[in-house]
Amino acid sequence: MSDPTMSRGDAPGANQPDADVAIEEPAAASPEQGAAAEDAVATASGPGGGGEVPPPSKWLTMLNQIATGNAIISVLAVLLALIVGAIMIAFTDEGVQETIGYFFARPGDTFAAIWDSVAGAYSALFQGSIYNFRRDTFLAGIRPLTETLTFATPLIAGGLGVALTFRVGMFNIGGRGQMLIAASVAGWIAFGFDLPWGVHMLVALLGGIVGGALWAGIAGVLKARTGAHEVILTIMLNYVAFYLVSWMLRTPGLLQAPGSSNPKTPAMKETAVFPYLLGPQYNLHFGFVLAVLATVLVWWILSRSSLGFKFRAVGINPNAARVAGINVKGMYVYAFLISGALLGLAGVSQVLGTVTSGFTAGIDAGIGFDAITVALLGRSTPWGTFAAGILFGAFKAGGFSMQAAEGVPIEIVLVVQSLIVLFIAAPPLVRTIFGLPDPEGRKKRTRKNVTKEAKAQ
Amino acid sequence: MKLELRGITKRFGSLVANDRIDLTVEPGEIHALLGENGAGKSTLMNVLYGLYQADGGEVLLDGVVQHFEGPGDAMAAGIGMVHQHFMLIPVFTVAENVMLGNESTKAVGVLDLDAARAKVNEISARFGFHVDPDALIENLPVGIQQRVEIIKALSRDAHVLVFDEPTAVLTPQETDELMGMMRRLKEAGTSIVFITHKLREVREVADRITVIRLGKVVGEAAPTATNAELASMMVGRAVELTVHKEEPKLGEPALVVEGLTAVDHIGQLVVNDVSFTVRRGEILAVAGVQGNGQTELTEALLGLQPRVHGSIKLDGVELTGAGVRKILESGVGFVPEDRNEDGLVGGFTIAENLMLDRSESPPFVRAGNLQRGVLAEFARRTIEEFDIRAQEPEELVEQLSGGNQQKVVLARELSRELRLLVAAQPTRGVDVGSIEFIHKRIVSARDQGVPVVVVSTELDEVEALADRIMVMYRGRIVGIVPGGTPRDVLGLMMAGEVPAEGAAA
Repeated sequence: MSDPTMSRGDAPGANQPDADVAIEEPAAASPEQGAAAEDAVATASGPGGGGEVPPPSKWLTMLNQIATGNAIISVLAVLLALIVGAIMIAFTDEGVQETIGYFFARPGDTFAAIWDSVAGAYSALFQGSIYNFRRDTFLAGIRPLTETLTFATPLIAGGLGVALTFRVGMFNIGGRGQMLIAASVAGWIAFGFDLPWGVHMLVALLGGIVGGALWAGIAGVLKARTGAHEVILTIMLNYVAFYLVSWMLRTPGLLQAPGSSNPKTPAMKETAVFPYLLGPQYNLHFGFVLAVLATVLVWWILSRSSLGFKFRAVGINPNAARVAGINVKGMYVYAFLISGALLGLAGVSQVLGTVTSGFTAGIDAGIGFDAITVALLGRSTPWGTFAAGILFGAFKAGGFSMQAAEGVPIEIVLVVQSLIVLFIAAPPLVRTIFGLPDPEGRKKRTRKNVTKEAKAQ
Repeated sequence: MKLELRGITKRFGSLVANDRIDLTVEPGEIHALLGENGAGKSTLMNVLYGLYQADGGEVLLDGVVQHFEGPGDAMAAGIGMVHQHFMLIPVFTVAENVMLGNESTKAVGVLDLDAARAKVNEISARFGFHVDPDALIENLPVGIQQRVEIIKALSRDAHVLVFDEPTAVLTPQETDELMGMMRRLKEAGTSIVFITHKLREVREVADRITVIRLGKVVGEAAPTATNAELASMMVGRAVELTVHKEEPKLGEPALVVEGLTAVDHIGQLVVNDVSFTVRRGEILAVAGVQGNGQTELTEALLGLQPRVHGSIKLDGVELTGAGVRKILESGVGFVPEDRNEDGLVGGFTIAENLMLDRSESPPFVRAGNLQRGVLAEFARRTIEEFDIRAQEPEELVEQLSGGNQQKVVLARELSRELRLLVAAQPTRGVDVGSIEFIHKRIVSARDQGVPVVVVSTELDEVEALADRIMVMYRGRIVGIVPGGTPRDVLGLMMAGEVPAEGAAA
């Protein structure tokens, strides 16, 4: 039958309608009645008959699986991606290419060259992102780690935003737009107003967060009101935001720096800039503290608050949530507001923390999209996302030194990042490669027929 | 063809779904496989059909050991399966569906539909199926669709037919017809395996009965065995099949529905001018064939139907137009028809599901914070009180059996202060043991003075629970009759015939 929720019907305990009791139809009327009954069954198993909540699609089920799977898959995906990355490093290395020419004469040379290139690249990655052994003092050696945390700050904030929508069964691809709007609002307050130290920063921060929240809220409201799909809404709003901000950056009197013809804002005023956490020799700024606080906040929302309870219920089964009196549409809007606020924080941390000398329309630096990866890698849990954000921060920080020290193309790092997502999206692949048992798969297979057997006791 | 299963064992991880099962089906025999949901019947048949590979044991046909790699092998060997979910393509005709997967072609790959038509007609005539080979599947009633499945199997020369819960989707009349067909097939020498958990059907049609419990054969029974004997074999203990209940102590009229009408998204009247009253301490059972507006009626009562006219008053307060949240808060308990779809969040724990419709107010939520301690304590107590078989309150609901899931729903609703209980299909897909328990709890809610509306398509359930019975047909009330009304009267009412002596109670 064309029941879109068939897969759910296979869940444990599901049973077919036991329409045991009925009465024969007069022969003439029977086809029509059959069709009517079919209809009724379809409605009944559909969105609670009311058509108020779209039926949970296969897409939602898949999203749930990818976004909330097993942590071990995340770890193995990173490992696998690094291994494939190593192969690519070896193949693109000139030394390896040279030695492979006389591989059969002296294979040892090739292996040595492979080892050199891979070990060199990954040790440069490590030294660029965690601790640089070539520096004399600890304070200088540890600088890469602070760089990692600086890069991680917007990734964590943005990743949390995306993860939150995942948990409500939605996909926020609009990180870029939300970051741009937030950055513009925060930046405009930061360079355009004169306020006392501290107050200025707080106002700019709040303004940016509200801007991001409202921008995402547009998608939330449209989804709730009209049933439009949030993926399309947020993607399109990215373009709207990008060109809107680009226009404002080119228009004197709006965001463009006075006296300049470049599409760039003036520098942020000192009173609004995030303070350095460890002094001016390190780039790490107050934004990181905010990212940590955001992580705690999201953790509280998801696992301790009534709102998060409703979020998660809607994320797993919107129909049951609606029947239980939860305002499903309201949850869509709230989730997008909070998600947008978090991506807004990422945008604000860019303009008030990382690039304080004025920004262009490229200020989002692809973080809005990286945030999706971070959220996936973090399995949509707050602390998982935090850890994933730091890992990606490390890739960013280390990628540059890898290129500088070893001549490894920075694209390799991007390839590794992409492979991580690829592997996460394909858990069976990872399981097969590592020979892991397939608990979910087995459960699913059992579910079809054994299900009920399983727990008959 | 003689079918033998010897020592079939199938494990899923640590779970033994089939434990050394032996089964012999003689040629021309209807062999019923009886067991509760989850006893291992379907697994066994999937092993037979080649969908699962057995971990031990063998399948023999006419004494020859078979090795089925997949359903194709099983079909080729003469085994046909009529699935619970029909495997038909709705926009194809009967003939097209029958030839699907086994297409015969004329020159240059043109489908030989005539051959398929002839085959359908031939089999139809042989067994009295009355199926038009050119009808589109989507236009056929469920009962006829099932015949198409049978024809499909027979067209591939199946000598062993497996019916997996064939009556689950049929009306009583269609069920009777199916029984007749099974007998005719048997006379023609086909061996039939009839999987079911319905005792009445088994006794009516089976030559031999094998009862399975928890993956093991617990015994054979003759069709002369009583319902109680078969039920206790299935469940493993004595079961009360009828609920003992006192005469209702009727109170004030509590739920007053007047002129209720609901329109679906394409403008069809699904509930048509329905008026009735339920008094405190009374169970009103809503009977009817599936899809005659009962589902929509319960949804309208809960505020889940968007387009509703008329009046729903509970204790004098108008509920029409109020949101679901408000209706729940005014003391309406709801057991939805499809618990997986509407009643439970599968990925939530038992505890979380127990607070699902109280996620905004004390005791479980204070100042926006979940009260985890309160919830844990409540869950522990409720699990005990409602006999929910689970390891711990933190177990995910999707891992529970149907009966236990339903107990979670019922526990959640009954542990609130109720002024009305609406239960739709409260025991659908629930094992016999749990049915007994759920019925008792519903009756005890009534005895505490709660007005109860039970919607059921199972006449057994209607008879067991009802103080009054309201029969619906095509969105209208056919009549409201007293609890003890005989089945044949109810049956006629379900077909839309108003009872002769207007026994409106």
